[in-house]
Amino acid sequence: MSIDFLVHEAADGVGVVVVEGLTAGHECTGWVMQEDKTVHITLRNDIPIGHKVALKDFAAGDTVFKYNTDIGKVVAPIKKGEHLHVHNVKTKRW
Amino acid sequence: MERKFFGYRRENGRVGVRNHVVLLPLDDLSNAACEAVANNVKGTLALPHAYGRLQFGEDLDLYFRTVIGMGSNPNVAAVVVIGIEPLWTQKIVDGIASTGKPVSGFAIEKNGDLATICNASRRAKEYMHWATEQQRTECDVKELWVSTKCGESDTTSGLATNPTVGNAYDKLWEAGATLLFGETTELTGGEHLVAARCATNEVRKKFQFFFDRYAKVVDDHKTDDLTDSQPTKGNIEGGLTTIEEKALGNIQKIGRKAPVVGCLDKAESPTGPGLWFMDSSSAAAEMVTLCAAAGFVVHLFPTGQGNVIGNPILPVVKLCSNPRTLRTMSEHFDVDVSGILRREINLDQAGDKLIDMMIRTCNGRRTSAEVLGHREFIITRLYESA
Repeated sequence: MSIDFLVHEAADGVGVVVVEGLTAGHECTGWVMQEDKTVHITLRNDIPIGHKVALKDFAAGDTVFKYNTDIGKVVAPIKKGEHLHVHNVKTKRW
Repeated sequence: MERKFFGYRRENGRVGVRNHVVLLPLDDLSNAACEAVANNVKGTLALPHAYGRLQFGEDLDLYFRTVIGMGSNPNVAAVVVIGIEPLWTQKIVDGIASTGKPVSGFAIEKNGDLATICNASRRAKEYMHWATEQQRTECDVKELWVSTKCGESDTTSGLATNPTVGNAYDKLWEAGATLLFGETTELTGGEHLVAARCATNEVRKKFQFFFDRYAKVVDDHKTDDLTDSQPTKGNIEGGLTTIEEKALGNIQKIGRKAPVVGCLDKAESPTGPGLWFMDSSSAAAEMVTLCAAAGFVVHLFPTGQGNVIGNPILPVVKLCSNPRTLRTMSEHFDVDVSGILRREINLDQAGDKLIDMMIRTCNGRRTSAEVLGHREFIITRLYESA
């Protein structure tokens, strides 16, 4: 089965799209690398290659984990399957 | 893993993988003479740069360390130094001469460009004849000094390309090589992970000192925040959202096995094998220049969106896993590890593929950056000239 997105670790809240041209409504297959598991999600937005998809719902103020490590804070609500990027997540560092 | 390669054993015992005769300007004013000599004597390499006048204090120390380090690098067989005046020209010559390699200095004042170019060209010609008779001999991977830095990273860097370097670093560390990483600001958000890898408390304290020192520079000079420049526009286009996310991808390059045995200031050389941290900018050409000046002879450079950097004396082996980047700018890459993203190859196989290309590069294969003429020699400055 071809892979649409990758997840570093099962505890992460995000996956990374690794193919081009994925559009809203697409039913995607993901590979969780650390645990070697397969997961599925339906996209709510078009998401370019390299960009992240939310694997669960987030509220403003939540922390996003990737590599099972804090990568920043949510600044606008994000639904499972939506595009997660600079418009809804910011650094905590500077 | 292949452990043998054919390199140039230098007078001080270090091993190089290139055999350049370099024309090294003391200062910006001497670039023209160096470039004229390079035109006269075919096969030589001029290293023009923008600095060397009215620097002072720690910034001047770093300048001398960088320029002397470039000339001293084992990838350089012999050096002709040209400067506007004789005293600092001699200081560069003396610094390089401590390696035992052939080096001569020429000063422009009281001679003018034309006589200087004539005299320097005659010496450079002698050096070319001598250098081109040097033979490659069999060397072991443990004699290699290997550096890494990533550029125009994206999320595929953290998923596949940087972990490939990490896998190669694990294997090179086991083989006894000398390894380097840096990019101080790009550890922000993952600095605790590097600190945990430090071999001793002293190494950890020094790492924290360098990290805090750079964080203060950012803090002192930022006007709002750095989210427009770190991550870069290219990083953001590639899907990286925050500095923390970028840093966690960056750190994949140091693998999982080697402890950090020491921390170096900019352009300082390590004193033994193992994995070293060097305080540095995260800008590609500045960081790779510092690696060359510290004496590293081959560089592993993973990229996501397609940083095209090279260095005049340090071969930069470029790898990528982003299928769009590989399709749109394929001429820049030496190793394609996109198979990881398709689950076609695993990290162990990707690491072997990278090491194989690194060995071929050390044996003489020119990298994409070399063939395309990328010679970015960029000196790091700490503050303005007097």
